[in-house]
Amino acid sequence: MKMKTLAAMALAGTMAAAPAMAELVIPDLSYRTGPYAAGGTPFSDGYQDYFNLLNARDGGIGGEPVRIVECETGYNTEKGVECYESTKGEGALIYQPLSTGITYQLIPKATADNIPIHTMGYGRTSAANGEVFNWVFNYPANYWDAASVMVNYLLEENGGDLGGKKIALVYHNSAYGKEPIRTLESLSAQHGFTLSQLAVDHPGQEQKSQWLQIRRERPDYVLMWGWGVMNQVAVQEAANINFPMENFIGNWWAGAEHDVTPAGAAANGYKSLNMNRVDADLPVFAEIKTLVHDAGNAAGDGSNLGSVLYTRGMYAAMLAAEAIAKAQEIHGVSAITPAQLRDGMEALEITEARMAELGMAKIGPEFSVSCQDHGGTGLGIVQQWDAGAGKWVALTDYIAPDNAVTDPLVKEDSMAFASENNIEPGCL
Amino acid sequence: MLYREAGDFKTSYHADNQTFPIKFDRIGFWITMAIAFLVIPFVINDYWANAIFVPFLIYAIAAIGLNILTGYCGQVSLGTGGFMAVGAYACYKLMTAFPDVSIVIHIILAGGITAAVGAAFGLPSLRIKGFYLAVATLAAQFFLVWLFNKVAWFYNYSASGQINAPERFVAGVAVTGPNTAPWAQYMICLVFLTVCALIARNLTRGTVGRSWMAIRDMDIAAEIIGVNPLKAKLTAFAVSSFFVGISGALFFSVYLGAVEVGEAFGIQKSFLVLFMIIIGGLGSIFGCFAGAAFLVLLPVALKVLGVDVLGWPTDLVAHLNLVIVGALIMFFLIKEPHGLAQLWRLAKEKLRLWPFPY
Repeated sequence: MKMKTLAAMALAGTMAAAPAMAELVIPDLSYRTGPYAAGGTPFSDGYQDYFNLLNARDGGIGGEPVRIVECETGYNTEKGVECYESTKGEGALIYQPLSTGITYQLIPKATADNIPIHTMGYGRTSAANGEVFNWVFNYPANYWDAASVMVNYLLEENGGDLGGKKIALVYHNSAYGKEPIRTLESLSAQHGFTLSQLAVDHPGQEQKSQWLQIRRERPDYVLMWGWGVMNQVAVQEAANINFPMENFIGNWWAGAEHDVTPAGAAANGYKSLNMNRVDADLPVFAEIKTLVHDAGNAAGDGSNLGSVLYTRGMYAAMLAAEAIAKAQEIHGVSAITPAQLRDGMEALEITEARMAELGMAKIGPEFSVSCQDHGGTGLGIVQQWDAGAGKWVALTDYIAPDNAVTDPLVKEDSMAFASENNIEPGCL
Repeated sequence: MLYREAGDFKTSYHADNQTFPIKFDRIGFWITMAIAFLVIPFVINDYWANAIFVPFLIYAIAAIGLNILTGYCGQVSLGTGGFMAVGAYACYKLMTAFPDVSIVIHIILAGGITAAVGAAFGLPSLRIKGFYLAVATLAAQFFLVWLFNKVAWFYNYSASGQINAPERFVAGVAVTGPNTAPWAQYMICLVFLTVCALIARNLTRGTVGRSWMAIRDMDIAAEIIGVNPLKAKLTAFAVSSFFVGISGALFFSVYLGAVEVGEAFGIQKSFLVLFMIIIGGLGSIFGCFAGAAFLVLLPVALKVLGVDVLGWPTDLVAHLNLVIVGALIMFFLIKEPHGLAQLWRLAKEKLRLWPFPY
């Protein structure tokens, strides 16, 4: 009798678990606490809201509902690993940790587990070489592209000549902040500008000495690789020393509304890169508003709709959803596996027409992914903060990076990784 | 009833001085060891290894190290994170410079290098005490983190400043790198922890440990009865740093696999290990285990309860975790300064008299 009951319970258990297998499980390694929460929260809101929109509007992707598993990492690598291990078992399809540190942890683990990672505009730059990093994608752009786009923009501003100029790099003293240094060094040799490096330690609230040094050295331009509370402090400090804001350019993780609003009018004119366009009037936002927020399914408090990082989180979710659709098309099944999703990501093609169809026209550049190139086009725009209107204004169209500089660096770094880890470069 | 010493006769000096004088404790110890070595490795999976067991075992080693210094010798240290970083970077440099030498030897050597660094930073303890020493060790913490960030040689000039553990084997089984089986990760940490705990337990019972405790209880009196403070303090720093270095090496190579010094070995790590020994119990080896288990399990347990069972938002649970840890530390400092180990000791006293307490 007892055995029978147990067997019945076990059977009921498997039956209850069975429908769960048919979902598309998307883990969201978010951070809504700690010094980086200001950036992590809107990104995660956008990421989740888009999948919720797909569930509400289309019943998921290809008929399969999406289930989001959120896990708080606090931008901490140990918690990131714990989150990875705890969500992996649920059948996670793709990881987007929004942290370069956690990405470095996950690259070997996810490669061993055959789960793709998408690190959009962050993570390990040389993962753009898809023959070495089969499971890691960083389209549409990476840090070395960003560094090159910045220099190209400055070249354009200065009539093609940066000779004798002084450029300072203020960077977060971590893997994230150190990534662009190699590119900027080789660009400095090529274009003849002097590069000075100023490291800011985690979490970045203490920057007085760095900005004092900038005041003393008077560089022509300051570039910044900042994130979280570091950005707000840097903008405020730049204002304090009366550094001309139009010569202060952040990368795409240092250019959101919450980075500049604390400094008020003093932040007017601050520039930053962006890899996606910001347009609060995109039709997709109206759909999210009615189908997700008004239905009470908003991921956060719903206040971030249309902001820079919300848009980027939604863009990341869109790229993942498109890759899932592509994988379903390639393999002819709707309940795909992580390995099948990887094939979809490798065959991903984003066109103007498709973006317009999704209600987010011109949100990003057109690009396609291939086995050799997991990095996309690397295009970026320069945007400027208008403190009076309280919004970011795009100054340029998409600027291309100098691939002649970044490609050899990607090759070199990825090959070093391949030889360290005994990887035979090749397509899967 | 169960837990009593009546009838447990000791007929030799050796038997009287064994680690667990009460038979029930001895049986409990061997059962725990049997489960740890013979059962868990066969049932462990990735999640249990990476979320609970491996961090617990590694933090327990770090807690033993700090407890020797702070709990047994009375020297407050806030440099644990920095010393763990020394262990991690020493292990990384050794692993990459001598790839053919066994990782076990590298980890032990990393402990040795950390011991030398720790003893050097322990020198100020001969002149300063208490808060002032805490500040000096804090300086060690910041200096070491800065050093590993600044000097590219330590991270082999990698672009990102990260160090990555290459794949290494013990007896043909991978123990570092992405293809490590969870049981292999668990076993290497367990073996190191068992050996470290045995060494620590026996050190603290012998001459060295007694001289540490004499210094802790009253350094002037200790000096008068013939304890050499130079030797006692520096050995405490060296032995403590040795264990901390081993835990740092394991933390980097076996547990995380890739490490960024400011993030993984920052000041918060020093505080975390300090909280472990405060909550676990200063001056107790059991306390190291209890404190490490408590602070590793608490966030995981809260997450499972809050997010998975109750469906609360993740940020609320993360904040709640901070609140609870803070409240517990205050509670233990006020109500039970000797920590969980003292609660365990009291429970044992009660058990001896049960069911007729007086």
